[in-house]
Amino acid sequence: MFKRLHPETDDEITFDFEGTSISARPGDSVAAALLVANIDTFRETPVRGHPRGPFCMMGACFDCLMVIDGEANQQACQILVSDGIKVARQLGAAKIINDSETDDEL
Amino acid sequence: MSYDLIVIGAGPAGMAAATTASTGGAKVLLLDDQSTPGGQIYRAIETAKDAEAAILGDEYMAGQPIVRAFRAQGIDYVPDAVVWQVSEEREVGYSSGGRAKLISAPWVILATGAIERPFPIPGWTLPGVMMAGAAQTLLKSSGVATEGAIFAGCGPLLYLVARQYLRAGVNIAAVVDTTPKANRMGALPHLPHALLRWDLLAKGRRWISEIRRSGTPLIQNATALKVIGDKAAQSLVYKTADVDWREIKATHIFLHQGIVPNVNLSMAAGLDHSWDNRQLCWRPLTDAWGCSSVSGIAVAGDGAGIGGGLAAEAGGQIAAIGVLSAVGKLDAQASRDQARRPRAQLAHEHHARPFLDAWFRPASDMRVPNEDTTIICRCEELTLKNIRDTIDIGLAGPNQLKSFCRAGMGPCQGRFCGLTVQELIARETKRPAALVGYYRLRPPIKPLRLEELANLAIDDLEGDDAGQDR
Amino acid sequence: MSGAYDAIIIGGGLLGSAIGFGLARQGLGCVILDEGDTAYRAARGNFGLVWVQSKGIGKPVYADWTMGSAELWPGFAQELTERTGIDISYYAPGGIEICLSEAEFDERAQKMASLTGHQNGRFSHQMLDRKAMMERLPGLGPDVVGGSFSPHDGHVGPLFLMRAMQRAFVDLDGVIRTDSRVHAIKRDGDGFSVETPGGTVTGGKVVLAAGLGNKALAPMVNLDQPVYPLKGQVLVTERMAPFLDMPTTHARQTGEGTILIGSSQEDVGFDLSSGPEVIKRIADRARRCFPVLSKARIVRTWAALRVMTPDGIPIYDQSETMPGAFAASCHSGVTLAATHAMTFAKYVADGHLGSELDGLSAGRFDV
Repeated sequence: MFKRLHPETDDEITFDFEGTSISARPGDSVAAALLVANIDTFRETPVRGHPRGPFCMMGACFDCLMVIDGEANQQACQILVSDGIKVARQLGAAKIINDSETDDEL
Repeated sequence: MSYDLIVIGAGPAGMAAATTASTGGAKVLLLDDQSTPGGQIYRAIETAKDAEAAILGDEYMAGQPIVRAFRAQGIDYVPDAVVWQVSEEREVGYSSGGRAKLISAPWVILATGAIERPFPIPGWTLPGVMMAGAAQTLLKSSGVATEGAIFAGCGPLLYLVARQYLRAGVNIAAVVDTTPKANRMGALPHLPHALLRWDLLAKGRRWISEIRRSGTPLIQNATALKVIGDKAAQSLVYKTADVDWREIKATHIFLHQGIVPNVNLSMAAGLDHSWDNRQLCWRPLTDAWGCSSVSGIAVAGDGAGIGGGLAAEAGGQIAAIGVLSAVGKLDAQASRDQARRPRAQLAHEHHARPFLDAWFRPASDMRVPNEDTTIICRCEELTLKNIRDTIDIGLAGPNQLKSFCRAGMGPCQGRFCGLTVQELIARETKRPAALVGYYRLRPPIKPLRLEELANLAIDDLEGDDAGQDR
Repeated sequence: MSGAYDAIIIGGGLLGSAIGFGLARQGLGCVILDEGDTAYRAARGNFGLVWVQSKGIGKPVYADWTMGSAELWPGFAQELTERTGIDISYYAPGGIEICLSEAEFDERAQKMASLTGHQNGRFSHQMLDRKAMMERLPGLGPDVVGGSFSPHDGHVGPLFLMRAMQRAFVDLDGVIRTDSRVHAIKRDGDGFSVETPGGTVTGGKVVLAAGLGNKALAPMVNLDQPVYPLKGQVLVTERMAPFLDMPTTHARQTGEGTILIGSSQEDVGFDLSSGPEVIKRIADRARRCFPVLSKARIVRTWAALRVMTPDGIPIYDQSETMPGAFAASCHSGVTLAATHAMTFAKYVADGHLGSELDGLSAGRFDV
């Protein structure tokens, strides 16, 4: 489990991960904050439904894709945490959110 | 706003190039995809405290003067700018603030650095398995680390990060070293020249001693690795020349077997590249000033060939001096004079390179796996068997393979499978890797939203208030 | 006199692979000579439509040839999958061309009417108003006024198709030689000898299916194939959950979930320019059709040099002075793959092209 080397801090950010409140610090990537919260699996792959998590932490591997504030395929290692963002695992391929219809895809 | 030079990448090469060019009177724009400068090696350097210096080491702190000089120059710098294209006509496309923009300049310096070589072992896609560079990034950027991890692979970066962990007081379950013993013979002829940098070699030995003295198990001559786990990594099993499969429990495993130039942008820009059989990677063809085969585009830093942070800084300076001369701000003699010192620095940094490249050359079994179920293309979830099955119909090369089975078609665009696929085809068709070739890369080299392309502002290609976007 | 092969096919793209497969399945011993991995490959830019509506408006010969291919497609797809086990992602739910203005709609309606007219009931279509469109397509943008629907249309994975055709060809003892760019074709008794970097290849018949390369090769067999390159671009998104099951001319969702966006070759108003303006136009049109795609991420682009002929329709020829030499060029290598494999290949095996192809000879350009 990832832990902070300097636990003392004044600055805290809180965001939502699938309904749970997660604490983070300014400058954390979403990926780092989730790892510290003991969340290692960020998505399930579109073809085989396999679990994946962050891998390169530099925006090159595209394995850390999550749904952030409703938008899919966001690289969690490239997005910094901010107060109140909503983060969720991306399960399978990105879904298109169509406001004019109900949630059944064709 | 019209620029003489656009620099892409704010690592040591990019910062040095921008600083030098700007100091010399050129109008420079620097684009970088991270929020703060430093690239990979000097990540978070501006907020590094003294406590970090002890953990991260002198090589890291060497970035401070580079970034200070960069900031002092007041160059137009756009962080969080994701460059998705550089055309042969030097039209740079980038996304910033959710909007795609185009900007051109007579000169572009690509300083996009390196990525870690793929490390396709069974189980490498399980959550909990990361590259050693990822461990280092988490340490530098967020000050986080995990107890009881395993560091596995070969190369200086592996030992460096392990040592950084230990200095931070974080226990490591083991360092499993896959450096092939057989490399030593091939490395010896390069040793005399490398001794010009005995300081580097001695430093490496000190790192290894530190790791040993900490009581961390250091297992050498590992010849095979597998990550075991169901939904996430649970342990690493390894074999060495002397022992059969052993297991070490760990939920986090950091892999590393060297770094290679990140060629996606340089290839998509149409630059000629050549295969470096010593470093087992593609490099853009550049002349003594970093100029590529495309007029007006130069390459500096690890993106031109692996050399490390200080070599990158020197390369950036040299490329910038070349640009200053090309745009008439320096005459030929003055540019030669100014380039003398960085050239000496570059040479100094490269003395040990041939030796290190030979010593740490990853085993071919680690570069191209043998187990059928090993994932080769992470994005498209293709296994070794999937790819082998596609190679059989008189396959022409990696591009036909890509079109037949989708290897390399995912968002990473081959960054983590291209070299593996190339060497796999070489092995299966018994051709030299250099002749097999690589995926043909095209823009966008990073994804961008459809709406960004639809909203592209085309009219003004000279600049789009780029410098004001901060 | 017979050479080493019954037929030499020059070009291993969509045309060469289809014709090669078609000849091999009739029992001919064939070799496909292909340029290699970095060959310009028009197939790689193919949008993947199996498209009838839009083809041969005012050119009945071509309209008929296209319709014939569409009718053969389901059996052809099934045979390929049965032979090779490769899923080529062929679906034929019909297809729609979306109109974004009344003017576009009226022009489309006229074209469809003329096609229905000269096809004597073989071709059917429906003009759909906005309401009817919304019943068939999801998330349509406010600019969509209507469109044309044709039940004959469908789509396929062009690269999987090529792989399957080549696999089937090889399974039928066909030989594929790569790095074999042809630089000379000569008469050799009653057959031909063909020069490649790897040496000479001889065969009883030769079929020129080298795309843009046909222009230089054709005169070697006293034929004319006046083809020229016309650039087209395709944008590809990341994989997305199923969204669009009916292909349209500017956007379709593939079997693996990616959405292809482009100016497909079915687009009668070809883009002559290249560069960011074209991409912007393509992206903008797709977004107007399906605003929900706005945030979809483009991960790749393909640029294709379409094999274009002076009038946009295929050229098929047989050499009169060198019987046994054939040439074929077109930009609809996917739609016509079925007829190339089944009908055209039969003509080649028989030694002469059927009369249905008379109007598609290069002779039509000599006025």
